Amino acid sequence: MSASIETRDTVEALAADKYKYGFTTDIAMEEFPKGLNEDIVRLISAKKNEPEWLLAWRLKAFTLWQKLEEPVWAHIKHPPIVYNELYYYAAPSGPAPKSLDEVDPELLNMYEKLGIPLSERAALAGVAVDAVFDSVSVATTFRETLAKSGVIFCPISEAVREHPELVRKYLGSVVPIGDNFFAALNSAVFSDGSFVYIPKGVRCPMELSTYFRINARNTGQFERTLIIAEEGASVSYLEGCTAPQRDENQLHAAVVELVALDDAKIKYSTVQNWYPGDADGKGGIYNFVTKRGACRGRNSKISWTQVETGSAITWKYPSCVLQGDGSVGEFYSVALTHNHQQADTGTKMIHIGKNTTSTIISKGISAGHSNNTYRGLVKILPQASGARNYTQCDSLLIGDQCGAHTVPYIESRNASAKVEHEATTSKIAEDQLFYCRSRGLSEEDAVGLIVNGFCKDVLKELPMEFAVEAQKLLAVSLEGSVG
Amino acid sequence: MLEIKNLSARIGDKEILRGVTLSVPDGEIHAIMGPNGAGKSTLSYVLSGRDGYEVTGGEAIYNGQDILALTPEARAAAGIFLAFQYPVELPGVGNANFMRTALNAVKRARGEAELDAVAFLKLARAALKKLSMQDDMLKRNVNVGFSGGEKKRNEVLQMALLQPGLAILDETDSGLDIDALKIVAEGVNALRSETFSALVITHYQRLLDYIVPDKVHVLAAGKIVRSGGPELALELEARGYAGLEAA
Repeated sequence: MSASIETRDTVEALAADKYKYGFTTDIAMEEFPKGLNEDIVRLISAKKNEPEWLLAWRLKAFTLWQKLEEPVWAHIKHPPIVYNELYYYAAPSGPAPKSLDEVDPELLNMYEKLGIPLSERAALAGVAVDAVFDSVSVATTFRETLAKSGVIFCPISEAVREHPELVRKYLGSVVPIGDNFFAALNSAVFSDGSFVYIPKGVRCPMELSTYFRINARNTGQFERTLIIAEEGASVSYLEGCTAPQRDENQLHAAVVELVALDDAKIKYSTVQNWYPGDADGKGGIYNFVTKRGACRGRNSKISWTQVETGSAITWKYPSCVLQGDGSVGEFYSVALTHNHQQADTGTKMIHIGKNTTSTIISKGISAGHSNNTYRGLVKILPQASGARNYTQCDSLLIGDQCGAHTVPYIESRNASAKVEHEATTSKIAEDQLFYCRSRGLSEEDAVGLIVNGFCKDVLKELPMEFAVEAQKLLAVSLEGSVG
Repeated sequence: MLEIKNLSARIGDKEILRGVTLSVPDGEIHAIMGPNGAGKSTLSYVLSGRDGYEVTGGEAIYNGQDILALTPEARAAAGIFLAFQYPVELPGVGNANFMRTALNAVKRARGEAELDAVAFLKLARAALKKLSMQDDMLKRNVNVGFSGGEKKRNEVLQMALLQPGLAILDETDSGLDIDALKIVAEGVNALRSETFSALVITHYQRLLDYIVPDKVHVLAAGKIVRSGGPELALELEARGYAGLEAA
């Protein structure tokens, strides 16, 4: 007994600085004045040389946002966010770099440190990366290679200038500007993010990935991602996120929109590891994100896979609107909370087309004093004959101070639809831990192994390059959770 | 060499072991027999370090080291292996991954080089073959959906891979048919050497036909009440445990 208490104490001491992405980068920054008003919205738009239509769009969103209330239905608690105390734009100062050679070496060093090499020679084989630092994209790799097959992968601010017809057609078409409080806020002040366009019949030749990094203090990050897959196109996209270790909470309110036309496939994977706050719940990112995909075409498919281990608060529901007949929506999720983290996450599957199918596999792991909620909506509209949904929600508790909650909403208005829901809640059993330890595994390794086993159905959906990273991340995030 | 001296332990307020004294020299296999509730499983858990068992007195020295102060994983690294009476299921955890992780953890603790996946698989396949087991054993999740016999064989497979210096088999024969019993026994016999010893805990004499012990001890009411050669097991089989407590 005493030996295991000693182990726990040692591990807890180590766990205090386990967040290895917590460093800050010293770099000359340009920040706009604090607070949010029309002038700031105009300033952001002007900074990016945006066309008039986009400024009008932003201002409309800002007006809508002022009328909206912060949603209160999620199972989370936090002190009020004072929106006028935040900075809405922060970027490395100086002219935008035209190529990697012009990127500040300090920035390149930072990405190296994070394990995201931006030089194409050193890059992960077969993965193109867009790196977004605070409010701007600092580098996008492999653009020429991708352009050969007609794929556009660039910062969204650039797409606004270079491909206005595409951006104008699709921006806000999946998540309307007034969709919710945080989406409206994002629409008003979004600064950068990634844009992906896969032309008809093209299978994107490499994995695309965006790496988001919040660095500046008191700064919100409001990125906007738009992915369009034309008829018969397919793409796999992955985003990763980290932030420095700071005592204040930082706001992240992103919007992601996906559009899949006939027979198109989009696979969107997230490994979210924003700074979660310290062991006492101080600091950490407030992550309020709206992600939605529209399966507009027949037999199109959108698949969300998320591994959420970071953030003090996670509020996100990557959803699929299944409009095309025979379209398929998938949501695979692992949400892990520890210490004082709070996650309220899940999905919405809206069945509109005939014979549409959706699958939801959610694995929630709660440790420490954390709270972890699955919230999911399955909605079958009257015209969606033959629609099917399968939902499986499993919760795993580590320790007895944490909470797991499952809140499924099912609305079926078509008698031919089939909706299945299964849910389990379990604890890591003492006998499982002892069994592993008696074979030589440390308590931490045993928990890591059991948790990874619990999440296997989701982890196997991740692109291979990232599955191993995600496994390690789960183990690291749980350090100090047992004892 | 395992030396247990006057070992007492309890679960909560309940005294289970009341001064067990026993020594198992290297190279020997000792059987521990006894009626239900005598403390046989408790002894195996106390020796392997399970939480919830409080040692109230005495000591257990293995190769000169007081093992009672060690974590379960440190005892595994020191060479102690417990074959469970009821092997535990680990959903989603592949058997091969589990065994390689365990083997490498033990190797790391001993300062030996770890095995990569290829080297491990080679080793595991050889062990499977020796134990007449199917390769698919490695692909399945740890003990999930295994029959009783398969679970016990899986324990023997792990034992063969981890190469312990001291194996504690906690009623490994319970629920086994005669073929499975032979396989388990062969697994133990294959490990017999001058540097290997074992404590075989069993209810019945049957297993001892296949794993012939050097000594047999009778545990009753938390104490060793008799010790003898293999013939003691036969005597118990014939006369039962009745009256032993008084002996």
